[in-house]
Amino acid sequence: MRTTSLVSLVLLAGAATTMGATFGSKPAAGSIAGTVTFTGTPPKMRPIDMSKEPSCASQHATPVMTETVVTGAGNTVENVVVYISAGDQPSPAPTTPARYDQKGCQYLPHVAVFQAGQPLEIYNDDQTSHNIHPLATVNAEWNKSQPPGTPPIKASYDKPEFIAVKCNVHPWMHGYFAVLGTSHFAVTGGDGKFSISGLAPGKYTVTAWHEKFGTATQEVTVAAGEAAANFVFKALPY
Amino acid sequence: MSRNLFLVCAAGLGLLISSAAPLAAQGQSATRVGSMTGDAEAGRQQYRRYCIGCHGPAGDGNGENAMWIDPKPRDFTAATFKCRSTPTGTLPTDEDLYHAVSRGFVTTNMPSWEPLPRQTRVDLVAYIKTFSARWKTQGSGTPITVPPETPSSIESILHGRELFQKMECWKCHGPAGHGDGPSASTLTDSKDNPIRPYNFAAGVARFKCGATNQDLYRIFMTGVDGTPMPSFADNIQPNDAWDLVHFLRTLQPLETPEAAVWQAWLPAHASELKPIGPGEGGQ
Repeated sequence: MRTTSLVSLVLLAGAATTMGATFGSKPAAGSIAGTVTFTGTPPKMRPIDMSKEPSCASQHATPVMTETVVTGAGNTVENVVVYISAGDQPSPAPTTPARYDQKGCQYLPHVAVFQAGQPLEIYNDDQTSHNIHPLATVNAEWNKSQPPGTPPIKASYDKPEFIAVKCNVHPWMHGYFAVLGTSHFAVTGGDGKFSISGLAPGKYTVTAWHEKFGTATQEVTVAAGEAAANFVFKALPY
Repeated sequence: MSRNLFLVCAAGLGLLISSAAPLAAQGQSATRVGSMTGDAEAGRQQYRRYCIGCHGPAGDGNGENAMWIDPKPRDFTAATFKCRSTPTGTLPTDEDLYHAVSRGFVTTNMPSWEPLPRQTRVDLVAYIKTFSARWKTQGSGTPITVPPETPSSIESILHGRELFQKMECWKCHGPAGHGDGPSASTLTDSKDNPIRPYNFAAGVARFKCGATNQDLYRIFMTGVDGTPMPSFADNIQPNDAWDLVHFLRTLQPLETPEAAVWQAWLPAHASELKPIGPGEGGQ
């Protein structure tokens, strides 16, 4: 983990309540859903100056904001990876490649989530060269250039790891690869909500990971229907 | 233990030892350079004498001298190495590490250890490989193929100049290779320490990873792992890579064959050259 524990984490007490709903004659597969919020003062999103790369700056009508901590109305947190970290049945990695784009000198999505062993394809949609430099420490670190119009870079990672990704040419470009050992995960949107579906009834450890706030875990029991798990990160401005 | 003492003595006498190193039995692949086999235990003792001050007892680059040193000593526990003959993201060969120890790293605090007996240097390589489990779980990468060098004609140099523009080398290394491109001041290595791109015009005209045209070819085709310098192996074809090598040589204050060709051509044609930099320059 590169992110230092600037923050401590507060788990919402009693979050593991089961909703216990049954639909139709067959019990529906269980799921875990909830919202990720913060308390305190998170770092501000700041405008990025892309004037050194006019071909990217011209793609944005308004300045792109930093994505280290993206928050929404109601203190929700975006780009949090919520996944089953224990209790899951192992599932084989999909053969469908995960996709990561460099567009307008930004990484889309900001956090790419895929499974260990799953193929990954990295595209350069810009008219400028990028170098894609995932700073892996558990897996091998590599660094490749990708001029405009070249084919996607194909990669994959053997071991679960949260890997910071940067482009050294454009120092404002920051993103993450979340390489997971499970197929059961979700990423929060602007409303901070997530839903992990397709879970058999049982006990699970659920982990929420955020690049700045670190990780939080809680135990959740899933019966048929939706179990709730909310996460609250305690944010400090710096 | 007596066997290890024997190995140390043997190393001191400069004898070639062909028996497998003791660590081979523990899953560590044997370290071989030429006909020499490295002994990690012998290397450990030499490491404590020569390397520990900077690279530290744990091999993590946190020796007692490390705080005074920039760039920082290599962290062997990360197993990320700058100078390789192997593709980016792969482990170097034993020969790569042996050459790195022997050559030293110009413009850094890492001296050349050429004065040490060859067997001692091979033993040090064997010991360095015990700091990361990656040496057990994966072997060295397969060295890239460096085809025979093409003639350093003016056509080759001019095509290399186009590649320098097209691959945007100038964004870091600067339009004239002075290490002053628009992104240069923002660069950090993989441990977030500031790092400067190579200045081709600097008085020390050697590269960290060697001095020959073949070394230069490998530097940009394998990348300098742990630094902002990426691999261009996916984007530059082998013969084109030689063109880039020939152009890069003209940026150095050296009397090279490439510089001679360039300087003979340039006075009559300087006005034909578009400046390197933003837009459609350098063509």
